[in-house]
Amino acid sequence: MLTMAMPKGRIFEEAVELLRNAGYQLPPEFDDSRKLIIDIEEENLRFILAKPMDVPTYVEHGVADVGIAGKDVMLEEERNVYEVLDLKISGCYLAVAGLSDGPIKGVAPKIATKYPNVASNYFRQQGEQVEIIKLNGSIELAPLIGLADRIVDIVSTGRTLTENGLMETAFIEPITSRFIVNPVSYRTKDAIIDDMVERLSAVVEGESADENR
Amino acid sequence: MTRPFVFEKPLGMRDTLPVLYDLKTSIREKIQRVTEGWGYRFMNTPTLEYYETVGEASAILDQQLFKLLDQRGNTLVLRPDMTAPIARVAASSLKNEPFPLRLAYDSNVFRAQEDEGGKPAEFEQIGVELIGDRTTSADAEVIALMAAVLEKAGLEDFQIAIGHVGFIQELFLSIVGNEERAAVLRRYLYEKNYVGYRQHVREMPLSTIDQKRLMALLTLRGDGSKLEEAIELLPNEAGERVLDELRTLLHTLKAYGVADQVKFDFTLVSHMSYYTGVVFEGYANNLGVPLSNGGRYDELLERFDRPAQATGFGIRLDHLAEALGVTDNERLPNAIIFSPERREEAIQQASERRADGEKVVVQELSGITNLDAYSERFDDVTYLIGKNGKGM
Repeated sequence: MLTMAMPKGRIFEEAVELLRNAGYQLPPEFDDSRKLIIDIEEENLRFILAKPMDVPTYVEHGVADVGIAGKDVMLEEERNVYEVLDLKISGCYLAVAGLSDGPIKGVAPKIATKYPNVASNYFRQQGEQVEIIKLNGSIELAPLIGLADRIVDIVSTGRTLTENGLMETAFIEPITSRFIVNPVSYRTKDAIIDDMVERLSAVVEGESADENR
Repeated sequence: MTRPFVFEKPLGMRDTLPVLYDLKTSIREKIQRVTEGWGYRFMNTPTLEYYETVGEASAILDQQLFKLLDQRGNTLVLRPDMTAPIARVAASSLKNEPFPLRLAYDSNVFRAQEDEGGKPAEFEQIGVELIGDRTTSADAEVIALMAAVLEKAGLEDFQIAIGHVGFIQELFLSIVGNEERAAVLRRYLYEKNYVGYRQHVREMPLSTIDQKRLMALLTLRGDGSKLEEAIELLPNEAGERVLDELRTLLHTLKAYGVADQVKFDFTLVSHMSYYTGVVFEGYANNLGVPLSNGGRYDELLERFDRPAQATGFGIRLDHLAEALGVTDNERLPNAIIFSPERREEAIQQASERRADGEKVVVQELSGITNLDAYSERFDDVTYLIGKNGKGM
């Protein structure tokens, strides 16, 4: 049996659709189940539903053989897993935003973010000294009430930023979801994993070919 | 940092309690017996080495080294692996011994961990080094020995993946031309980032054929038939040489009877940058991390002024113990509990039973605070209490 860690929330629906398009028979009640572990015996698959930030952790420790995780999470967590396939779903990007795009005053500007690792790497590369403030949500609030000068967060449409009077000041990198694999499972369950990668990549390539038409 | 709690240990350091100690001892004994049976001699090296010598040769990332200063201000490291120290010994204390040398070790190594404090920073490694032998028979021997060791330790289900660092290097150089650009590709493989690797390959100004060759490397995983696919990717002299080597290796592993546990995986690159040829990793089906790894390192001994080709493997004892599982059949000792008037009898009886190989604790009754709880810690308890041998 192959265990797959799935991210709850935003990516989940798109990931399920992708799996269905790849020919995996997932029952309809799969979508709104509240269970955390779902066995699909016909496919010899077990799904565990995890918080998106934790998916690479489950896979690294081998309690899940494979998983679907956003590149943002991969960059933040730096887990020892194989990043095998770009699923090209849940596209967005990491960006810096603030109240204005003028220069920031002060010795070490404060940066609020859910991604302290990504943010500190980015500003290190820019040669800027900053102070990182880790928040767990509603990052846009930080500059509005004076907690931080800038934020680092994922942006999909930019609507949340605009509605809160924020503007993007720098683009960091594009983000999509990735198919990740535990290093041992990659070798010991290679046949079933290779088959899954092949089916998923056929769907992904097919869809991007459609877009190019 | 705040003052540690009195019972606290430095980050990544662990106590080994009796149950795990017993398990490790039994595994260790089995492994040593097999290894000695293949003619390898066990040896020890110091825990501390110079940073400039072994520290730099070890190929462990600088930030993972535990460093300290001696009284003269030299930088020392807690040995982060055993291959570099043994290479040092082979080139110095054992320099008059004729090659090939077959050496083995069972030692703790130290690597500082950055993420999640719980990961061990000190762990026991058992391994072998076969030094001064460039033949493929030597590669096959260490792989077969590793398989024999894992099997004798009691592991029923394990697999070994074999790759070849030389193949990857020749393929990259033949396509991208220089070491700098090859290093970028190698880094993607090492980081296990295949998405980034493919993207990078697509962005490079290469012919479609060369791009396909680089992409196809990622699918070179499987049984012996993959060797024939590999030669199509690198159809030159270097490719032929590597493939001949791997064919001979597979053939020899068949003779050892371990070919069934073996798969080829050309994407396998190790974190140990000193590897030059065949590399391999061992996996247990119920464990999320590799148990053991090894490979050929033909340039390491040069650093210690005795150039020689060599190969070897190391097994992480903590991972192996985890894969085997701590079993419940803990062998408890027996006890004799006595009252003072029968002390001599108790000591006499214990020494006779110990001579027969039994584990016997001798304990005076008045030294026990809770008799019921205490006697549960033993397999069998003999009471020598009261004057006339009537017991309790």
